[in-house]
Amino acid sequence: MTGPTTAAAEPFIRLDGVSKVFRARRQEFLAVSDATFDVNEGELVSLVGPSGCGKTTLLKIIAGLFPHDGGTLAIGGAGSDFDPARDVGMVFQQPLLLKWRRVLENVLLPAEILGLPMGEARERANGLLDMVGLAGHEQKYPYELSGGMQQRAAIARSLIHDPRLILMDEPFGALDALTRERMNLELLRIWKQSRKTILFVTHGIAEAVFLGTKVVVLTAGPARMADRIDIDLPQPRTLDMKTHEQFGSYTRRIYHLLGVE
Amino acid sequence: MGPGLSAQTIWRWTAIVLVHLAVVLIWYLAVKVGKVPKFVLASPGDTVLSLFDTYPWFHNTMVTTAEIFGGYFLAVVVGVGLALLFSWFRTVENLLMPLVVSLNMIPKVALGPLIIVWFDYGIQTNIIIAFSISFLPILITTARGLREVEPDLVDLVRIMRATRRQVFVKIQLPGSLPYIFSGMKVAVVLAVAGAVVGEIIASDSGLAYLIGQVQVTLDTAAMMMAVILITLVGVVLYLIVLGLERLVVVRDARVETV
Repeated sequence: MTGPTTAAAEPFIRLDGVSKVFRARRQEFLAVSDATFDVNEGELVSLVGPSGCGKTTLLKIIAGLFPHDGGTLAIGGAGSDFDPARDVGMVFQQPLLLKWRRVLENVLLPAEILGLPMGEARERANGLLDMVGLAGHEQKYPYELSGGMQQRAAIARSLIHDPRLILMDEPFGALDALTRERMNLELLRIWKQSRKTILFVTHGIAEAVFLGTKVVVLTAGPARMADRIDIDLPQPRTLDMKTHEQFGSYTRRIYHLLGVE
Repeated sequence: MGPGLSAQTIWRWTAIVLVHLAVVLIWYLAVKVGKVPKFVLASPGDTVLSLFDTYPWFHNTMVTTAEIFGGYFLAVVVGVGLALLFSWFRTVENLLMPLVVSLNMIPKVALGPLIIVWFDYGIQTNIIIAFSISFLPILITTARGLREVEPDLVDLVRIMRATRRQVFVKIQLPGSLPYIFSGMKVAVVLAVAGAVVGEIIASDSGLAYLIGQVQVTLDTAAMMMAVILITLVGVVLYLIVLGLERLVVVRDARVETV
C-alpha cells in the first residue's frame, strides 16, 4: 500500500468486499460487488468504469445515502467520529445550483442546512470562491455563469462546511473537452490547497489516471471491481505527463481491464 | 439590469404601443372606408364617447373588477393551498388528484346556472364562478412545480440530514414559484371569463350585465366600450401578476406561457 501524500497507518476509508443489491419487481440486480480498496487521508482516488458499473452507487453508499448489503465499510479509522452529514461534500455531474440564489448564497446552502454560524460561513465562502477562481462573481446568478464556472461554484459549495471527504460523481462529464482539461488542473490545485480526501468518479480513463493517486477499476454486467492501481506519477501533475510512456502504460492497462482494445 | 431603461426595453414598449394603435387604426378605417352601419360596428371615437352617456360606467366597472379580482384571489389561495397539501400528504394527493382531473373536464361555463341556483345571483356568486373556473390551472401547475425537484439535489441535502422543512423552504417552494406564476398567468384569462359568464347568466350589475342591457337598444358603441373595459380590467390584473413575478422569480427561472 502506498499513500503518496500522507501515508497514514490506518486508511481513511476501507472497503472490504462491499456489495449492494437492488430489488425491483421481484428481480434482483447486483449494483456493486466485491469492492475492496483503501483510501488514505489526503488521497485523490479515481473510480473508473463504464456506465452501469456501480460507481455512483458506491459513492452514495460511502455518503451514507443507503446501506450496503455485504462486506465491511469503515470510514475515518477506528474510534473516529466520522459523520457523513458534516464530513462529506458532494459534487455531481450537474452543478445543481439553485437558480434563484446568487453564487455566494448557493455556496452557503450546506452551512444553512447544518446550522453553522453564518458570519464565519460567509467569510469562508468568499475565501473558497476566491480559491476556485470565482472572485468577483459572488453576486451573480447561476445563469450568468458558464458551465465550467457553475461547476467551480459547486465545488466551493462542497467545501463550505469543511468536510473531510469530497465525493465527485463525474463532475466534469458535462463540460466540453477543453474546459474539462482546465478543470482537471484546477481540481488538482484545489485538492493540494484544501488538503481534502477526494473520491472522483469518472468514465474517462485518461482523466482517472491523470488525477488519481490511485485508480479503482470497476466493470459492468455484472458490476464488479476489476483492479486497483497505484499511480506513480510525480506530483504536481502536469499536462505533458499525458505523453509519458508511464502514463500510456497505465491507461493501456485500464483499457485492457475494461475490455476495450 | 442596472438602473434606467435599456434600448431593448424602450423598443419593446414602443412595439407594444404601436401594435395596439395599429389595431385601432384598422378599426377606424374599416368603419370609415367600409361605410359600416353604426349599429354593426361603432367607430373608435363613438365608442369612447359612449363613456359620456348616462350609463353607470364607474359602478359597473367596480363590480366587475371586484368579481374578477375576488375570484382570482380565492383561486390563488385555494389552488396553491391545495397543491401544498398534496405535496405534504401523499395520500391526499393520491386520493384527490384523479378527482381534480375529472373536475377539470367539466365545462365550467355550464356550471354557471347551477351555481346561481345554489348561491342566488350577485357579486359573491360571480366571485365563486370566477374562482371555480380559474383555480384548477393554478393547482395543477403548482403541484407539478412542487414535484419538480432534482433527485440529485435532494441527495445532496439528504447527506447533510436536511429536514423536510428545510428541503421545502430552501428548495421545493422557491423552485415551484415559476410554476405557480405560470398557472397564475393562465388563470387571469379564466377569472375574467368566469365573472363575465356569471354576469351574463344572471346579475343586476357589472359590465357584462350592462352589455346585455344596451344590446336591447342596439347601442353598439356602449357594448364595445364595455368589452374594452372588461379587457382592461383583465390586462391590469395580468400586469400586476407579471410585476409580482418579476419581483419574486429570477429571470432565468421564469416559465414562459403567453
